[in-house]
Amino acid sequence: MTPFLRVEGVAAPLPIDNVDTDAMIPSRETQSVSRSGYGERLFAYWRYEAGTRVPRSDFVLNRPPFDRAVIILAGANYGCGSSREAAVWSHVQFGIRCVIAESYGAIFYNNCIRNGLLPVTLATESVAQIIDVVASSNGTALVAVDLEAETVATEGRTYGFSMKAHDRDMLLTGADEIALTLKRRDEIDAFRAKDRVDRPWIYHRPR
Amino acid sequence: MRLACNLQCEIEVTEVGVAMPRTLVEKIWALHQVASLGQDTDLIYIDRHFMHERSGGRMLDGVAQAGRAVFDPDLTYAVLDHIVDTDPGRTDITKAPGGSDFIRFFRENAARAGIELIDLEDQRQGIVHVIAPELGIATPGMTLVCGDSHTCTVGGIGALAWGIGVTQGEHALSTQCVPLKRPSQMRVTLNGRLPPRVLAKDIILYLIADIGAAGGKGAAIEFAGSAIRALSPEGRMTLCNMAVEFGGWTGIVAPDDSVFAYVKGRPYAPQGAHWDLALHHWRELYSDEDAVFDHDIEIDASAIRPQVTWGTSGEHGTDIECGRVPDSAGIADPVRQASMLAAQQYMALEPGDAVAGLPIEAAFIGSCTNARIEDLREAAGILAGRHVAPGIMALCVPGSASVKRAAEAEGLDRIFQDAGFQWREAGCSLCFYAGGDSFGAARRVISTTNRNFQNRQGPGVRTHLASPATVAASAVTGRITDPRHFGA
Repeated sequence: MTPFLRVEGVAAPLPIDNVDTDAMIPSRETQSVSRSGYGERLFAYWRYEAGTRVPRSDFVLNRPPFDRAVIILAGANYGCGSSREAAVWSHVQFGIRCVIAESYGAIFYNNCIRNGLLPVTLATESVAQIIDVVASSNGTALVAVDLEAETVATEGRTYGFSMKAHDRDMLLTGADEIALTLKRRDEIDAFRAKDRVDRPWIYHRPR
Repeated sequence: MRLACNLQCEIEVTEVGVAMPRTLVEKIWALHQVASLGQDTDLIYIDRHFMHERSGGRMLDGVAQAGRAVFDPDLTYAVLDHIVDTDPGRTDITKAPGGSDFIRFFRENAARAGIELIDLEDQRQGIVHVIAPELGIATPGMTLVCGDSHTCTVGGIGALAWGIGVTQGEHALSTQCVPLKRPSQMRVTLNGRLPPRVLAKDIILYLIADIGAAGGKGAAIEFAGSAIRALSPEGRMTLCNMAVEFGGWTGIVAPDDSVFAYVKGRPYAPQGAHWDLALHHWRELYSDEDAVFDHDIEIDASAIRPQVTWGTSGEHGTDIECGRVPDSAGIADPVRQASMLAAQQYMALEPGDAVAGLPIEAAFIGSCTNARIEDLREAAGILAGRHVAPGIMALCVPGSASVKRAAEAEGLDRIFQDAGFQWREAGCSLCFYAGGDSFGAARRVISTTNRNFQNRQGPGVRTHLASPATVAASAVTGRITDPRHFGA
């Protein structure tokens, strides 16, 4: 996974609450087992005229400069709903590197961490201020997000944020989390040896 | 200071030697902690991993592509439920575009990894969260993951169960563990007696409407109190199913004798000496009296009335009896206001509209929320001797093949069909639209499912979430109807 250190660029406001993962990537847009090709499907219902790939001019990601946004600014509970990881893949494959929102769906958040998409949590008022700055400049005011410093900056204003240490480390290093866990094979084996004695029914599978 | 206790686990003790009170989730957590990964995250052991065809093939393929092996295929289960058709006589060829590829890809990858797959014709087939407890694959105190957000359903029998993405699924397959942030602890206590015809679904819809779709704060939510203890294990599963719609990480209810009786004798449940050991272990699974929760919510169960949603989030809900679509004019926050307006526009409703009496065009009874046998009985109790209103498309999709057989043994299939309902094979069906099966021209649908999101059940479909009793009552009248009009 590509390490996440810093991003600066166009931020697209999506100022509504409860943007669900069905909206991000509708189930009907997943017609192949492939993990690629999701960028053009991001927000398909909102982005295109019904049943077509004709862009709707009223959707923010279709309007310059937001069509090359690297950040999304959203309300509360962003990414609620289904666990579908394609919701995150569609952001990343569109070019989004970071989301700034009040809160997130827990599974979406966890999926972001595993795909190098930075989910920044800021207070309602802070997100509102950043949206104001971006909207009033028609998107020309860029937003900079620095994960090492845990700051979001735009037009001279800086906002601090914080993340859980493990999540932050995963993003900063871009580490293969599975490989890290496999290094603990001895600890896992020891746990299982003891657990088999304590809870033998867990390991018994009738055939 | 740490000390071994009779559960062969380690419990925290204070310096004076008194055991620290712990929540139910903290107890299960401690029993599954393989390692600490720093200040906020632990490596947690996974007792059961259940996969389905929508994400399972990708997980298994990812593991193989990385050159890794499945850590313990015996702890891993697989079933077809998400995009299989539910029409009688179904095959691998699905109405959902690409669905057949997902089925074959999953089947091939499961076979290669040595994982038994519960296939279409299998007597055990059904929605993953319905069959996991029904078969005894999930039991109290277990950790269970699945690539589906409604995995929290299984919290209803006292398992710690949560939804994961494909990458974390690969992690679970490769290591039998998942790195997990220690969640905040929330308790939702419901005391008092639920009024007649008010069901578990109404409790959770009421809670979400009252506190909000993000009200669960990503917490591990324990449902407690006399009204929860009075629910059957199936009702508790309905409740926990929608913990994720409340913004929780997961939901759980402390297992009790009703759960132990539910589990006993199921095909994969512990037997003989294992049963005795397990039962001894399960009896320790409760929150200690002085356990500290980060968030505490109390609700008077007797105040809850049958609920229905009017909008596109679980938080857009209200009593059926006197509920009206709210006016966004008084909302100061522009984001909150825009969200409500967008929902009203999508649902083609105006502020002040009464929800009772809204004409519907389709009714759906199914999903991991409300397709167990008690749900079907509840609906059939209203449908018996009645017929759906003219022009209403009505579907009943049992949650599992076993539920379907049980319903047929009781004659419920006749009641549904005589009432004008289609009687389908088990699966997720139209809980979500995958591009194939649809409600046809119907736009306004009343549904026992868990999500009323825009386009969730089909392009332009307007979903109203409700209990099985409310869906049955509304199907009969053709309008959103309080089920108490059909007696208590």
